[in-house]
Amino acid sequence: MSNTPDDNQINPSEINPEERRILVPGSPINPRREFLRSAALFTGTVAALGGGLEVLTRRPGVGSAEAQGTDFAQASRPLGPYDTKEAVTSYQQATTYNNFYELGTDKADPARNAASLKPRPWTVKIDGEVKKPQTVDIDTLQSWFPLEDRIYRMRCVEGWSMVMPWLGFPLAGLIRRIEPTSKAKYVQFTALLDPKMFPGQKSNVLDWPYVEGLRLDEALHPLAFMAVGLHGKVLPGQNGAPLRLVVPWKYGFKGIKSIVKITLTEKMPKTTWALAAPSEYGFYANVNPAVPHPRWSQATERRIGELGRRKTLPFNGYADEVAGLYKGMDLRKNF
Amino acid sequence: MSTGDARPAAPAAKAPARGSYQPKRKAASLGWLVPAVAVGGLLPVAVMLWDAYTGALGANPIQRATLQTGLLTLTLLVASLACTPLRLLTGWKWPARIRKSLGLLAFGYAVLHFLIYLFDHGFSLGVMFDDVLKRPFVTVGFTALLLLVPLALTSGKNSVKKLGFQKWTRLHQLVYLAVAFGALHYYWGVKKDHVPPLIYVGVIAVLFAMRFIKRKPTKKTGAGKINPA
Repeated sequence: MSNTPDDNQINPSEINPEERRILVPGSPINPRREFLRSAALFTGTVAALGGGLEVLTRRPGVGSAEAQGTDFAQASRPLGPYDTKEAVTSYQQATTYNNFYELGTDKADPARNAASLKPRPWTVKIDGEVKKPQTVDIDTLQSWFPLEDRIYRMRCVEGWSMVMPWLGFPLAGLIRRIEPTSKAKYVQFTALLDPKMFPGQKSNVLDWPYVEGLRLDEALHPLAFMAVGLHGKVLPGQNGAPLRLVVPWKYGFKGIKSIVKITLTEKMPKTTWALAAPSEYGFYANVNPAVPHPRWSQATERRIGELGRRKTLPFNGYADEVAGLYKGMDLRKNF
Repeated sequence: MSTGDARPAAPAAKAPARGSYQPKRKAASLGWLVPAVAVGGLLPVAVMLWDAYTGALGANPIQRATLQTGLLTLTLLVASLACTPLRLLTGWKWPARIRKSLGLLAFGYAVLHFLIYLFDHGFSLGVMFDDVLKRPFVTVGFTALLLLVPLALTSGKNSVKKLGFQKWTRLHQLVYLAVAFGALHYYWGVKKDHVPPLIYVGVIAVLFAMRFIKRKPTKKTGAGKINPA
Protein backbone atom coordinates (compact mmCIF):
# COMPACT_ATOMS: atom_id res chain seq x y z
CA MET A 1 0.00 0.00 0.00
CA SER A 2 2.81 2.40 0.60
CA ASN A 3 5.60 3.31 -1.76
CA THR A 4 9.17 3.79 -0.78
CA PRO A 5 10.47 7.18 -1.75
CA ASP A 6 13.73 7.48 -3.69
CA ASP A 7 14.35 10.54 -1.72
CA ASN A 8 15.50 9.47 1.66
CA GLN A 9 15.58 12.96 3.04
CA ILE A 10 11.90 12.95 3.83
CA ASN A 11 10.17 10.05 5.43
CA PRO A 12 6.77 9.68 3.68
CA SER A 13 5.03 9.63 7.00
CA GLU A 14 6.26 13.16 7.56
CA ILE A 15 4.53 14.48 4.48
CA ASN A 16 1.14 15.64 5.50
CA PRO A 17 -1.70 14.64 3.20
CA GLU A 18 -2.14 18.14 1.85
CA GLU A 19 1.43 18.31 0.63
CA ARG A 20 1.22 14.82 -0.78
CA ARG A 21 -1.77 15.82 -2.85
CA ILE A 22 0.15 18.66 -4.33
CA LEU A 23 3.33 16.75 -4.82
CA VAL A 24 1.89 13.70 -6.46
CA PRO A 25 -0.70 14.57 -9.09
CA GLY A 26 0.39 15.40 -12.56
CA SER A 27 4.05 15.63 -11.95
CA PRO A 28 6.52 15.44 -13.46
CA ILE A 29 4.55 17.54 -15.87
CA ASN A 30 3.58 15.54 -18.93
CA PRO A 31 1.22 17.61 -21.12
CA ARG A 32 -0.53 14.61 -22.61
CA ARG A 33 -1.02 12.96 -19.27
CA GLU A 34 -2.07 16.26 -17.74
CA PHE A 35 -4.65 16.81 -20.46
CA LEU A 36 -6.13 13.33 -20.12
CA ARG A 37 -6.25 13.72 -16.38
CA SER A 38 -7.99 17.09 -16.64
CA ALA A 39 -10.43 15.71 -19.20
CA ALA A 40 -11.27 12.79 -16.93
CA LEU A 41 -11.72 15.05 -13.93
CA PHE A 42 -13.83 17.45 -16.01
CA THR A 43 -16.11 14.64 -17.17
CA GLY A 44 -16.32 13.17 -13.69
CA THR A 45 -17.24 16.51 -12.17
CA VAL A 46 -19.88 17.23 -14.82
CA ALA A 47 -21.40 13.81 -14.24
CA ALA A 48 -21.25 14.09 -10.47
CA LEU A 49 -22.72 17.59 -10.24
CA GLY A 50 -25.24 17.19 -13.07
CA GLY A 51 -26.25 13.72 -11.87
CA GLY A 52 -26.49 14.85 -8.27
CA LEU A 53 -28.73 17.79 -9.19
CA GLU A 54 -30.94 15.52 -11.31
CA VAL A 55 -31.33 13.01 -8.49
CA LEU A 56 -32.20 15.74 -6.01
CA THR A 57 -34.57 17.80 -8.15
CA ARG A 58 -35.98 15.86 -11.10
CA ARG A 59 -39.38 14.27 -10.64
CA PRO A 60 -40.01 12.45 -13.91
CA GLY A 61 -43.54 11.67 -14.97
CA VAL A 62 -44.63 8.17 -15.88
CA GLY A 63 -45.48 6.78 -19.24
CA SER A 64 -48.62 4.70 -19.36
CA ALA A 65 -50.20 2.80 -22.18
CA GLU A 66 -53.15 4.30 -23.96
CA ALA A 67 -56.40 2.56 -23.05
CA GLN A 68 -56.90 -0.43 -25.31
CA GLY A 69 -60.46 -1.34 -26.25
CA THR A 70 -63.32 -0.95 -23.84
CA ASP A 71 -64.33 -2.85 -20.73
CA PHE A 72 -67.89 -1.62 -20.73
CA ALA A 73 -70.22 -2.19 -23.64
CA GLN A 74 -71.14 1.32 -24.68
CA ALA A 75 -73.60 2.33 -27.31
CA SER A 76 -72.68 5.71 -28.70
CA ARG A 77 -75.17 8.11 -27.26
CA PRO A 78 -75.98 11.79 -27.37
CA LEU A 79 -74.58 14.08 -24.71
CA GLY A 80 -76.68 14.08 -21.57
CA PRO A 81 -77.95 17.20 -19.83
CA TYR A 82 -75.02 17.24 -17.39
CA ASP A 83 -72.24 16.50 -19.86
CA THR A 84 -69.79 19.18 -20.84
CA LYS A 85 -68.99 19.62 -24.52
CA GLU A 86 -65.40 20.57 -23.70
CA ALA A 87 -62.52 18.46 -25.00
CA VAL A 88 -61.99 15.40 -22.84
CA THR A 89 -58.62 14.96 -21.07
CA SER A 90 -56.71 12.04 -22.57
CA TYR A 91 -56.62 8.68 -20.79
CA GLN A 92 -52.85 8.99 -20.58
CA GLN A 93 -53.03 12.33 -18.78
CA ALA A 94 -55.98 11.42 -16.58
CA THR A 95 -54.18 8.31 -15.34
CA THR A 96 -50.65 9.65 -14.83
CA TYR A 97 -51.28 12.95 -13.04
CA ASN A 98 -53.13 12.17 -9.84
CA ASN A 99 -53.42 13.25 -6.24
CA PHE A 100 -53.86 10.05 -4.27
CA TYR A 101 -51.59 10.25 -1.23
CA GLU A 102 -52.35 6.63 -0.29
CA LEU A 103 -50.22 5.75 -3.34
CA GLY A 104 -47.60 8.49 -2.86
CA THR A 105 -47.48 12.29 -2.73
CA ASP A 106 -45.93 12.96 -6.14
CA LYS A 107 -48.37 13.34 -9.04
CA ALA A 108 -46.78 10.41 -10.86
CA ASP A 109 -46.62 8.14 -7.78
CA PRO A 110 -50.20 6.82 -7.95
CA ALA A 111 -49.69 5.53 -11.51
CA ARG A 112 -46.35 4.03 -10.47
CA ASN A 113 -47.72 2.33 -7.35
CA ALA A 114 -51.24 1.46 -8.50
CA ALA A 115 -50.41 -2.24 -8.90
CA SER A 116 -50.34 -2.68 -5.12
CA LEU A 117 -54.05 -1.80 -4.92
CA LYS A 118 -56.20 -4.90 -5.54
CA PRO A 119 -59.77 -3.76 -6.31
CA ARG A 120 -61.22 -7.30 -6.15
CA PRO A 121 -62.48 -8.83 -3.93
CA TRP A 122 -63.95 -5.69 -2.40
CA THR A 123 -66.88 -5.02 -0.15
CA VAL A 124 -68.61 -1.81 0.84
CA LYS A 125 -70.13 -1.48 4.28
CA ILE A 126 -73.27 0.63 4.54
CA ASP A 127 -74.21 1.69 8.04
CA GLY A 128 -75.33 4.55 10.30
CA GLU A 129 -78.72 6.18 9.97
CA VAL A 130 -80.10 3.80 7.34
CA LYS A 131 -82.96 1.35 7.42
CA LYS A 132 -80.97 -1.20 5.43
CA PRO A 133 -77.45 -1.46 6.87
CA GLN A 134 -75.44 -4.09 5.03
CA THR A 135 -72.08 -5.11 3.64
CA VAL A 136 -72.26 -5.56 -0.09
CA ASP A 137 -69.84 -6.91 -2.67
CA ILE A 138 -68.71 -4.28 -5.18
CA ASP A 139 -69.99 -6.29 -8.16
CA THR A 140 -73.40 -6.71 -6.53
CA LEU A 141 -73.54 -3.01 -5.70
CA GLN A 142 -72.63 -2.15 -9.27
CA SER A 143 -75.34 -4.46 -10.61
CA TRP A 144 -78.05 -2.54 -8.72
CA PHE A 145 -77.85 0.33 -11.17
CA PRO A 146 -77.60 0.72 -14.92
CA LEU A 147 -74.22 2.27 -15.68
CA GLU A 148 -74.30 5.79 -17.08
CA ASP A 149 -71.53 7.94 -18.39
CA ARG A 150 -70.96 11.53 -17.39
CA ILE A 151 -68.45 13.96 -18.85
CA TYR A 152 -67.61 16.26 -15.96
CA ARG A 153 -65.12 19.01 -15.37
CA MET A 154 -62.78 18.24 -12.47
CA ARG A 155 -61.12 21.18 -10.71
CA CYS A 156 -58.30 20.47 -8.27
CA VAL A 157 -57.79 22.82 -5.32
CA GLU A 158 -54.19 23.21 -6.54
CA GLY A 159 -55.30 25.18 -9.60
CA TRP A 160 -55.48 22.63 -12.41
CA SER A 161 -58.42 20.93 -14.06
CA MET A 162 -59.38 18.07 -16.35
CA VAL A 163 -62.45 16.89 -18.23
CA MET A 164 -63.24 13.35 -17.15
CA PRO A 165 -65.54 10.86 -18.92
CA TRP A 166 -66.74 8.85 -15.93
CA LEU A 167 -68.82 5.68 -15.86
CA GLY A 168 -70.98 4.89 -12.88
CA PHE A 169 -74.30 5.70 -11.29
CA PRO A 170 -75.83 8.67 -9.48
CA LEU A 171 -75.20 8.69 -5.73
CA ALA A 172 -78.86 9.58 -5.14
CA GLY A 173 -79.98 6.15 -6.37
CA LEU A 174 -77.73 4.41 -3.85
CA ILE A 175 -78.83 6.66 -0.98
CA ARG A 176 -82.50 6.07 -1.73
CA ARG A 177 -81.97 2.32 -1.97
CA ILE A 178 -80.41 2.11 1.51
CA GLU A 179 -83.24 4.27 2.94
CA PRO A 180 -81.91 6.99 5.25
CA THR A 181 -83.69 7.36 8.60
CA SER A 182 -85.22 10.70 9.54
CA LYS A 183 -82.09 11.45 11.60
CA ALA A 184 -79.74 11.25 8.63
CA LYS A 185 -78.32 14.67 7.69
CA TYR A 186 -74.91 13.82 6.21
CA VAL A 187 -73.21 11.09 4.25
CA GLN A 188 -69.74 10.06 5.36
CA PHE A 189 -67.43 8.11 3.04
CA THR A 190 -64.42 6.17 4.30
CA ALA A 191 -61.60 4.90 2.09
CA LEU A 192 -59.64 1.69 2.52
CA LEU A 193 -57.09 1.54 5.33
CA ASP A 194 -54.46 -1.01 4.36
CA PRO A 195 -50.76 -0.07 4.21
CA LYS A 196 -50.07 -3.19 2.14
CA MET A 197 -52.31 -2.00 -0.65
CA PHE A 198 -51.65 1.65 0.08
CA PRO A 199 -47.90 2.11 0.70
CA GLY A 200 -48.50 5.84 1.25
CA GLN A 201 -50.32 4.99 4.48
CA LYS A 202 -46.98 4.00 6.02
CA SER A 203 -46.31 7.74 6.21
CA ASN A 204 -48.50 9.90 8.40
CA VAL A 205 -48.73 12.74 5.89
CA LEU A 206 -52.51 12.57 6.44
CA ASP A 207 -54.64 10.98 9.13
CA TRP A 208 -55.65 7.60 7.65
CA PRO A 209 -58.09 6.39 6.52
CA TYR A 210 -59.19 9.18 4.21
CA VAL A 211 -62.68 10.40 5.11
CA GLU A 212 -64.97 12.66 3.11
CA GLY A 213 -68.55 13.75 3.43
CA LEU A 214 -71.51 15.54 1.91
CA ARG A 215 -74.65 17.10 3.24
CA LEU A 216 -77.58 14.77 2.48
CA ASP A 217 -79.13 17.23 0.03
CA GLU A 218 -75.80 17.53 -1.77
CA ALA A 219 -75.54 13.75 -1.96
CA LEU A 220 -79.04 13.54 -3.42
CA HIS A 221 -78.28 16.11 -6.13
CA PRO A 222 -78.36 14.46 -9.57
CA LEU A 223 -74.81 15.68 -10.35
CA ALA A 224 -73.29 13.73 -7.40
CA PHE A 225 -71.93 10.53 -8.89
CA MET A 226 -70.28 7.25 -7.95
CA ALA A 227 -67.71 6.24 -10.55
CA VAL A 228 -66.55 2.71 -11.36
CA GLY A 229 -65.06 3.44 -14.76
CA LEU A 230 -63.19 6.03 -16.82
CA HIS A 231 -62.88 6.40 -20.60
CA GLY A 232 -64.94 3.23 -21.07
CA LYS A 233 -62.50 1.25 -18.95
CA VAL A 234 -62.70 -0.16 -15.43
CA LEU A 235 -61.48 2.57 -13.07
CA PRO A 236 -57.66 2.29 -12.74
CA GLY A 237 -56.17 2.05 -9.26
CA GLN A 238 -54.63 5.52 -9.43
CA ASN A 239 -58.07 7.04 -10.10
CA GLY A 240 -59.67 5.35 -7.10
CA ALA A 241 -60.65 1.80 -8.03
CA PRO A 242 -63.02 0.18 -7.55
CA LEU A 243 -65.45 2.86 -6.39
CA ARG A 244 -65.03 6.61 -5.98
CA LEU A 245 -67.09 9.70 -5.40
CA VAL A 246 -67.35 12.44 -8.04
CA VAL A 247 -68.74 15.84 -7.03
CA PRO A 248 -67.98 18.06 -10.00
CA TRP A 249 -68.88 21.41 -8.40
CA LYS A 250 -66.42 20.84 -5.54
CA TYR A 251 -62.64 20.71 -5.44
CA GLY A 252 -61.19 17.36 -6.42
CA PHE A 253 -60.17 16.30 -2.91
CA LYS A 254 -63.87 15.83 -2.05
CA GLY A 255 -63.91 12.98 -4.56
CA ILE A 256 -62.81 10.25 -2.16
CA LYS A 257 -61.30 7.18 -3.80
CA SER A 258 -61.38 3.44 -3.06
CA ILE A 259 -64.43 3.65 -0.79
CA VAL A 260 -65.07 0.82 1.68
CA LYS A 261 -67.73 2.40 3.89
CA ILE A 262 -70.70 4.70 3.48
CA THR A 263 -72.23 5.97 6.71
CA LEU A 264 -75.29 8.17 7.08
CA THR A 265 -74.82 10.47 10.05
CA GLU A 266 -76.63 13.10 12.06
CA LYS A 267 -73.53 15.22 12.57
CA MET A 268 -71.20 16.76 10.01
CA PRO A 269 -68.39 14.27 9.31
CA LYS A 270 -64.84 15.26 10.18
CA THR A 271 -63.15 15.14 6.82
CA THR A 272 -59.46 14.46 6.21
CA TRP A 273 -58.20 17.66 4.59
CA ALA A 274 -60.36 19.87 6.81
CA LEU A 275 -58.73 18.18 9.82
CA ALA A 276 -55.23 18.40 8.33
CA ALA A 277 -55.38 22.13 7.53
CA PRO A 278 -58.63 23.70 8.78
CA SER A 279 -57.70 27.18 7.58
CA GLU A 280 -57.07 25.95 4.03
CA TYR A 281 -59.69 23.29 3.36
CA GLY A 282 -63.30 23.38 4.49
CA PHE A 283 -66.09 20.83 4.58
CA TYR A 284 -67.91 22.37 1.63
CA ALA A 285 -64.93 23.00 -0.68
CA ASN A 286 -67.15 24.36 -3.44
CA VAL A 287 -65.11 25.64 -6.38
CA ASN A 288 -65.10 29.40 -5.89
CA PRO A 289 -62.83 31.81 -7.80
CA ALA A 290 -63.73 34.59 -5.34
CA VAL A 291 -62.36 32.79 -2.28
CA PRO A 292 -58.61 32.30 -2.56
CA HIS A 293 -56.74 29.49 -0.91
CA PRO A 294 -54.63 31.16 1.83
CA ARG A 295 -51.50 30.46 -0.23
CA TRP A 296 -52.67 30.90 -3.80
CA SER A 297 -55.41 32.42 -5.88
CA GLN A 298 -58.32 30.30 -7.09
CA ALA A 299 -59.26 32.79 -9.81
CA THR A 300 -57.65 30.79 -12.62
CA GLU A 301 -56.76 27.22 -13.44
CA ARG A 302 -54.69 25.31 -15.94
CA ARG A 303 -56.64 22.81 -17.96
CA ILE A 304 -54.29 19.84 -18.26
CA GLY A 305 -53.03 19.74 -21.83
CA GLU A 306 -53.09 23.52 -22.20
CA LEU A 307 -50.19 25.88 -21.51
CA GLY A 308 -52.14 28.99 -20.57
CA ARG A 309 -54.65 29.47 -17.81
CA ARG A 310 -58.39 29.89 -17.98
CA LYS A 311 -60.78 31.58 -15.60
CA THR A 312 -62.25 29.39 -12.89
CA LEU A 313 -66.06 29.44 -12.81
CA PRO A 314 -68.19 29.58 -9.65
CA PHE A 315 -69.16 26.02 -8.67
CA ASN A 316 -66.86 24.89 -11.47
CA GLY A 317 -69.43 25.99 -14.04
CA TYR A 318 -72.31 24.11 -12.37
CA ALA A 319 -73.78 27.15 -10.59
CA ASP A 320 -77.12 26.91 -12.41
CA GLU A 321 -77.60 23.41 -11.07
CA VAL A 322 -76.23 23.64 -7.53
CA ALA A 323 -76.08 27.26 -6.33
CA GLY A 324 -79.56 26.82 -4.85
CA LEU A 325 -78.21 24.30 -2.34
CA TYR A 326 -76.29 27.10 -0.64
CA LYS A 327 -78.88 29.87 -0.59
CA GLY A 328 -78.37 32.19 2.35
CA MET A 329 -74.99 30.71 3.24
CA ASP A 330 -71.85 32.83 3.52
CA LEU A 331 -69.58 30.97 1.13
CA ARG A 332 -66.53 32.87 2.39
CA LYS A 333 -67.03 31.37 5.82
CA ASN A 334 -68.24 28.02 4.56
CA PHE A 335 -65.38 27.56 2.12
CA MET B 1 -5.88 8.20 2.84
CA SER B 2 -4.17 5.73 0.61
CA THR B 3 -0.65 6.45 -0.37
CA GLY B 4 -0.83 3.97 -3.18
CA ASP B 5 0.29 6.29 -5.96
CA ALA B 6 3.38 4.47 -7.14
CA ARG B 7 5.03 7.53 -8.59
CA PRO B 8 8.34 8.10 -6.86
CA ALA B 9 8.73 11.28 -4.96
CA ALA B 10 10.62 12.88 -7.81
CA PRO B 11 9.15 16.32 -7.27
CA ALA B 12 10.83 16.33 -3.90
CA ALA B 13 13.62 18.21 -5.61
CA LYS B 14 11.34 21.18 -6.20
CA ALA B 15 9.13 20.39 -3.26
CA PRO B 16 8.17 23.40 -1.26
CA ALA B 17 9.18 23.85 2.30
CA ARG B 18 6.76 22.08 4.55
CA GLY B 19 3.79 24.16 5.45
CA SER B 20 3.94 26.38 2.40
CA TYR B 21 2.13 25.66 -0.86
CA GLN B 22 2.48 26.44 -4.48
CA PRO B 23 -0.84 27.95 -5.44
CA LYS B 24 0.22 28.54 -9.06
CA ARG B 25 0.98 24.91 -9.72
CA LYS B 26 -2.29 24.03 -8.03
CA ALA B 27 -4.22 26.65 -9.94
CA ALA B 28 -3.04 25.33 -13.26
CA SER B 29 -4.11 21.80 -12.44
CA LEU B 30 -7.63 22.95 -11.52
CA GLY B 31 -8.32 24.79 -14.76
CA TRP B 32 -11.00 22.28 -15.67
CA LEU B 33 -12.95 22.77 -12.46
CA VAL B 34 -15.01 25.90 -13.06
CA PRO B 35 -16.02 24.95 -16.63
CA ALA B 36 -17.00 21.51 -15.32
CA VAL B 37 -19.19 23.06 -12.64
CA ALA B 38 -20.81 25.34 -15.21
CA VAL B 39 -21.57 22.46 -17.57
CA GLY B 40 -22.70 20.11 -14.80
CA GLY B 41 -24.81 22.83 -13.23
CA LEU B 42 -26.56 23.58 -16.51
CA LEU B 43 -27.08 19.91 -17.38
CA PRO B 44 -30.54 19.93 -15.71
CA VAL B 45 -31.68 22.60 -18.20
CA ALA B 46 -30.79 20.30 -21.09
CA VAL B 47 -32.51 17.35 -19.43
CA MET B 48 -35.58 19.50 -18.68
CA LEU B 49 -35.83 20.58 -22.33
CA TRP B 50 -35.44 16.95 -23.38
CA ASP B 51 -38.13 15.93 -20.86
CA ALA B 52 -40.42 18.63 -22.20
CA TYR B 53 -39.85 17.33 -25.74
CA THR B 54 -40.47 13.67 -24.85
CA GLY B 55 -43.39 14.40 -22.54
CA ALA B 56 -41.53 13.17 -19.46
CA LEU B 57 -42.43 16.40 -17.67
CA GLY B 58 -45.88 14.85 -17.34
CA ALA B 59 -49.37 16.20 -17.77
CA ASN B 60 -48.57 19.56 -16.18
CA PRO B 61 -45.14 20.49 -17.54
CA ILE B 62 -45.24 24.10 -16.31
CA GLN B 63 -45.80 22.94 -12.76
CA ARG B 64 -42.93 20.43 -13.02
CA ALA B 65 -40.57 23.00 -14.49
CA THR B 66 -41.51 25.50 -11.78
CA LEU B 67 -40.91 22.94 -9.06
CA GLN B 68 -37.62 21.73 -10.49
CA THR B 69 -36.09 25.16 -11.11
CA GLY B 70 -37.06 26.13 -7.57
CA LEU B 71 -35.44 23.01 -6.15
CA LEU B 72 -32.34 23.61 -8.28
CA THR B 73 -32.05 27.14 -6.90
CA LEU B 74 -32.27 25.91 -3.34
CA THR B 75 -29.93 22.96 -3.89
CA LEU B 76 -27.25 25.09 -5.57
CA LEU B 77 -27.52 27.77 -2.90
CA VAL B 78 -27.01 25.13 -0.24
CA ALA B 79 -24.05 23.73 -2.22
CA SER B 80 -22.49 27.21 -2.40
CA LEU B 81 -22.97 27.59 1.34
CA ALA B 82 -21.30 24.23 1.93
CA CYS B 83 -18.09 25.37 0.22
CA THR B 84 -16.53 27.27 3.09
CA PRO B 85 -17.29 24.71 5.81
CA LEU B 86 -16.02 21.98 3.50
CA ARG B 87 -12.79 23.86 2.88
CA LEU B 88 -12.28 24.49 6.57
CA LEU B 89 -13.05 20.91 7.52
CA THR B 90 -10.90 19.23 4.89
CA GLY B 91 -8.31 21.79 3.98
CA TRP B 92 -9.23 21.38 0.33
CA LYS B 93 -8.91 24.49 -1.75
CA TRP B 94 -11.22 23.63 -4.60
CA PRO B 95 -14.51 24.35 -2.78
CA ALA B 96 -13.55 28.01 -2.56
CA ARG B 97 -12.96 28.08 -6.31
CA ILE B 98 -16.43 26.88 -7.25
CA ARG B 99 -18.43 28.84 -4.68
CA LYS B 100 -19.05 31.75 -7.01
CA SER B 101 -20.07 29.48 -9.89
CA LEU B 102 -22.53 27.62 -7.68
CA GLY B 103 -23.98 30.91 -6.44
CA LEU B 104 -24.38 32.26 -9.96
CA LEU B 105 -25.98 29.02 -11.12
CA ALA B 106 -28.43 29.27 -8.22
CA PHE B 107 -29.26 32.83 -9.23
CA GLY B 108 -29.75 31.75 -12.84
CA TYR B 109 -32.21 29.07 -11.77
CA ALA B 110 -33.99 31.54 -9.49
CA VAL B 111 -34.48 33.88 -12.45
CA LEU B 112 -35.66 30.98 -14.62
CA HIS B 113 -38.08 29.90 -11.85
CA PHE B 114 -39.45 33.45 -11.73
CA LEU B 115 -39.76 33.66 -15.53
CA ILE B 116 -41.67 30.37 -15.65
CA TYR B 117 -43.98 31.70 -12.93
CA LEU B 118 -44.54 34.88 -14.97
CA PHE B 119 -45.16 32.82 -18.10
CA ASP B 120 -47.64 30.70 -16.14
CA HIS B 121 -49.62 33.84 -15.38
CA GLY B 122 -49.41 35.26 -18.88
CA PHE B 123 -46.73 37.78 -17.84
CA SER B 124 -49.43 39.66 -15.95
CA LEU B 125 -47.71 42.07 -13.58
CA GLY B 126 -51.08 42.64 -11.91
CA VAL B 127 -51.28 38.99 -10.90
CA MET B 128 -47.65 39.07 -9.84
CA PHE B 129 -47.98 42.08 -7.55
CA ASP B 130 -51.24 40.70 -6.20
CA ASP B 131 -49.45 37.46 -5.32
CA VAL B 132 -46.37 39.20 -3.90
CA LEU B 133 -48.49 41.43 -1.69
CA LYS B 134 -51.20 39.00 -0.62
CA ARG B 135 -49.60 35.60 -0.45
CA PRO B 136 -46.78 35.20 2.07
CA PHE B 137 -45.40 32.17 0.24
CA VAL B 138 -44.88 34.27 -2.88
CA THR B 139 -43.69 37.26 -0.84
CA VAL B 140 -40.81 35.34 0.70
CA GLY B 141 -39.85 33.72 -2.60
CA PHE B 142 -39.80 37.07 -4.35
CA THR B 143 -37.78 38.58 -1.49
CA ALA B 144 -35.24 35.80 -1.76
CA LEU B 145 -34.86 36.51 -5.47
CA LEU B 146 -34.41 40.25 -4.82
CA LEU B 147 -31.77 39.52 -2.18
CA LEU B 148 -29.80 37.46 -4.67
CA VAL B 149 -29.65 40.30 -7.23
CA PRO B 150 -26.97 42.43 -5.49
CA LEU B 151 -24.98 39.29 -4.74
CA ALA B 152 -24.98 38.25 -8.38
CA LEU B 153 -24.05 41.78 -9.44
CA THR B 154 -21.06 41.87 -7.07
CA SER B 155 -19.85 38.35 -7.68
CA GLY B 156 -16.78 39.41 -9.66
CA LYS B 157 -13.30 39.91 -8.26
CA ASN B 158 -13.46 43.60 -9.13
CA SER B 159 -16.37 44.05 -6.77
CA VAL B 160 -14.36 42.64 -3.89
CA LYS B 161 -11.68 45.24 -4.62
CA LYS B 162 -14.16 48.03 -5.08
CA LEU B 163 -16.14 47.33 -1.94
CA GLY B 164 -13.27 46.17 0.18
CA PHE B 165 -13.13 42.63 1.45
CA GLN B 166 -14.99 43.30 4.68
CA LYS B 167 -17.86 45.19 3.12
CA TRP B 168 -18.12 42.63 0.37
CA THR B 169 -18.23 39.81 2.92
CA ARG B 170 -20.91 41.57 4.95
CA LEU B 171 -22.97 42.08 1.81
CA HIS B 172 -22.62 38.46 0.80
CA GLN B 173 -23.80 37.26 4.18
CA LEU B 174 -27.22 38.19 2.77
CA VAL B 175 -27.11 34.79 1.12
CA TYR B 176 -28.13 33.26 4.43
CA LEU B 177 -31.25 35.43 4.51
CA ALA B 178 -31.96 34.55 0.89
CA VAL B 179 -31.61 30.82 1.42
CA ALA B 180 -33.74 30.99 4.58
CA PHE B 181 -36.50 32.80 2.67
CA GLY B 182 -36.08 30.30 -0.15
CA ALA B 183 -36.55 27.36 2.21
CA LEU B 184 -39.58 29.04 3.80
CA HIS B 185 -40.98 29.65 0.31
CA TYR B 186 -40.61 25.92 -0.38
CA TYR B 187 -42.13 24.95 2.98
CA TRP B 188 -45.16 27.20 2.53
CA GLY B 189 -45.57 26.18 -1.08
CA VAL B 190 -45.89 22.49 -0.30
CA LYS B 191 -49.43 21.23 0.19
CA LYS B 192 -48.81 18.68 2.91
CA ASP B 193 -45.65 16.60 2.62
CA HIS B 194 -43.32 18.83 4.61
CA VAL B 195 -40.45 16.36 4.91
CA PRO B 196 -38.47 17.48 1.82
CA PRO B 197 -38.48 21.20 2.73
CA LEU B 198 -37.59 20.33 6.32
CA ILE B 199 -34.55 18.41 5.08
CA TYR B 200 -33.37 21.59 3.33
CA VAL B 201 -34.04 23.60 6.49
CA GLY B 202 -31.97 21.11 8.51
CA VAL B 203 -29.03 21.18 6.12
CA ILE B 204 -29.08 24.99 6.00
CA ALA B 205 -29.17 25.17 9.81
CA VAL B 206 -26.19 22.83 10.11
CA LEU B 207 -24.17 24.81 7.54
CA PHE B 208 -25.03 28.06 9.27
CA ALA B 209 -23.99 26.66 12.65
CA MET B 210 -20.71 25.38 11.21
CA ARG B 211 -19.74 28.92 10.32
CA PHE B 212 -19.55 29.80 14.00
CA ILE B 213 -17.87 26.61 15.11
CA LYS B 214 -15.15 26.93 12.50
CA ARG B 215 -14.51 30.60 12.88
CA LYS B 216 -12.30 30.33 15.95
CA PRO B 217 -9.50 28.06 14.75
CA THR B 218 -9.07 30.02 11.53
CA LYS B 219 -8.09 33.12 13.47
CA LYS B 220 -5.24 31.33 15.12
CA THR B 221 -2.18 30.59 13.07
CA GLY B 222 -0.53 27.24 13.31
CA ALA B 223 0.27 24.08 11.49
CA GLY B 224 -3.02 22.51 12.41
CA LYS B 225 -5.18 25.11 10.74
CA ILE B 226 -5.50 23.52 7.34
CA ASN B 227 -6.13 20.06 8.62
CA PRO B 228 -8.07 20.42 11.82
CA ALA B 229 -9.08 16.80 11.51
